Amino acid sequence: MAAEKTVTITDSTGVHARPATVLVNKAGSFASEVTVEYNGKSVNLKSIMGVMSLGIPKDAEIKLVAEGSDEQEAIDGIYGVIKQEGLGE
Amino acid sequence: MSKLKGIAASNGVAIAKAYTLEAPELSFETKKVGDVAKETERLQDALDVSKQELEKIKENARVSLGDEHAEIFSAHLLVLSDPEMITPIKDKIKNENINAEAALDEVANMFINMFESMDNAYMRERAADIKDVTKRVMAHLLKVSFPDPALIDEEVIIIAEDLTPSDTAQLNKQFVKGFTTNIGGRTSHSAIMARSLEIPAVVGTKTVTDDVKDGDIIIVDGIDGEVVINPTDDVIETYRKKQDDFAKQKEVWAQLKDEPTVSKDGTHVELVANIGTPNDVEGIINNGGEGVGLYRTEFLYMGNSDFPSEDDQFDAYKSVLEQMGDKPVVVRTLDIGGDKELSYLDLPKEMNPFLGFRAVRLCLERDDIFRTQLRALLRASTYGNLKIMFPMIATLDEFRQAKALLLEEKANLKGEGIEVSDDIEIGIMVEIPSTAVIARQFAKEVDFFSIGTNDLIQYTMAADRMNERVSYLYQPYHPAILNLVNNVIEAAHAEGKWAGMCGEMAGDSIAIPILLGLGLDEFSMSATSILPARTQIKDLSKEELASYKDKLLAMSTADEVEAFIREKTNQ
Repeated sequence: MAAEKTVTITDSTGVHARPATVLVNKAGSFASEVTVEYNGKSVNLKSIMGVMSLGIPKDAEIKLVAEGSDEQEAIDGIYGVIKQEGLGE
Repeated sequence: MSKLKGIAASNGVAIAKAYTLEAPELSFETKKVGDVAKETERLQDALDVSKQELEKIKENARVSLGDEHAEIFSAHLLVLSDPEMITPIKDKIKNENINAEAALDEVANMFINMFESMDNAYMRERAADIKDVTKRVMAHLLKVSFPDPALIDEEVIIIAEDLTPSDTAQLNKQFVKGFTTNIGGRTSHSAIMARSLEIPAVVGTKTVTDDVKDGDIIIVDGIDGEVVINPTDDVIETYRKKQDDFAKQKEVWAQLKDEPTVSKDGTHVELVANIGTPNDVEGIINNGGEGVGLYRTEFLYMGNSDFPSEDDQFDAYKSVLEQMGDKPVVVRTLDIGGDKELSYLDLPKEMNPFLGFRAVRLCLERDDIFRTQLRALLRASTYGNLKIMFPMIATLDEFRQAKALLLEEKANLKGEGIEVSDDIEIGIMVEIPSTAVIARQFAKEVDFFSIGTNDLIQYTMAADRMNERVSYLYQPYHPAILNLVNNVIEAAHAEGKWAGMCGEMAGDSIAIPILLGLGLDEFSMSATSILPARTQIKDLSKEELASYKDKLLAMSTADEVEAFIREKTNQ
């Protein structure tokens, strides 16, 4: 069973370099595999180039999926960062 | 020993070891490897060393440039530990038995191509980041040195094809004693930066990167525009003396630091400085400047991943105004577009960027960007003596629209209960010939003019100032330019307004007597030019120079003008 969460991006410039850096760092602190899905594509959230290659704009709906020993903590932690950074809700 | 001639971009003399900023040779051959484990370890070592260097660069950038600029290196660091990048490289080594260089090159190129093909300028720039990072790792794999201006820890002179704003931002004044480049002129970015850092520089040498090797001893003579490579002891001695003389000359200039600028016959003019960031104010104060004549606000927007917020801008403007006290601070609103690009503002490429969608033209269309800046300026206005000027004004209508937006935001702020000064002068840059020609009409509506000569000359002479083949047409003393300048000054005075000049011409020792004679009120220049200019003006008679006006305006060539002034002022 994987943990999931859908988030809407509200930042006016979408997920650009700085927040992407923060998200990737946060994802990297968990043991679980974490992916982000947008526009039918799924990438490793621990990969800065993967995340940036999605080019996530404002108003995008993204799905976070974590699978592993700390999957719920991972989803909660990453969602916390998204809210804290004013990136989405 | 050999000598090179270039353009004197920032005065002073520097003698030190050469440090070339040229990209290293990174060619390699694809090879089969037997020991896969050893090859993977070699890759890991190169990655680790690169990470350590980037950590150090990031820390340096944080201290010298602030958190915002250091962030880019955080992204670089993440690339080096990105599983989507590193795992495929290691897999390639293992499965294809190829060397680390080839594996790195293939995987990095795949990502670079992917980012380069995206239809978003911001993403395309990320390709440059990956290239940057890959080069560093490749250099370590190949065991060639990778130049890092931020890691320099001994006295050097930087040798480069050209210096970008970010290169210059990384230079540590403690160790970088001077620099010299192949390309550029007195008004190129690297030259302006050298003067604001107050380090000697010679630009436009064409061949210095070919003629100088890392570690050569070189002399950069920013007074006469010469570079000496591997000088003999005698020659070093001669230049040490020149260095001392220059230091003594500076002491003489410094005596006028707290004096007003007055001609021999008692006319006062204002000598003010051009700045790019609040950090530059220190240089104005040290050099006895009487204000800020041009605050280029572009630097707030460049080298960032997003538009600066209203609060960030407010902080910068407030800092400059507070530091300058009651002295005037002329802020130029955003002059971006054309050749000055922002990664986060996607604008189509133009055939003629200097004649294109830029400055106030862009601000009037994107008034969301413009209003944010105007609000920040208005909020800061109560902290000092603020004057606002709009760049690239070609028609009265543009000025009226820009002014209307300013007044609208002022009313909005007041409605929100925020205090705004009621004494802000609103003026324009005169850099488009059409505006100089009908300055009379403009003078009825603006509070002041500031003549931007770098652009005015290129537009009047129809000569791109970045194109070296037509650089002979960049003629500040051309009678056409003098007539336009005179027209602007006369128009201002007829309406009881003032006229200034921001641009390299204002600090030029041939132009200063001409401009004083034409009645220019304010001269805005690099901070380091202020004291020499004040010294020069002290010995000039405005009345005498004014008597040459008609004669100068009727001359046929720039050479004639120059020869006449040299003779009259003993230069």
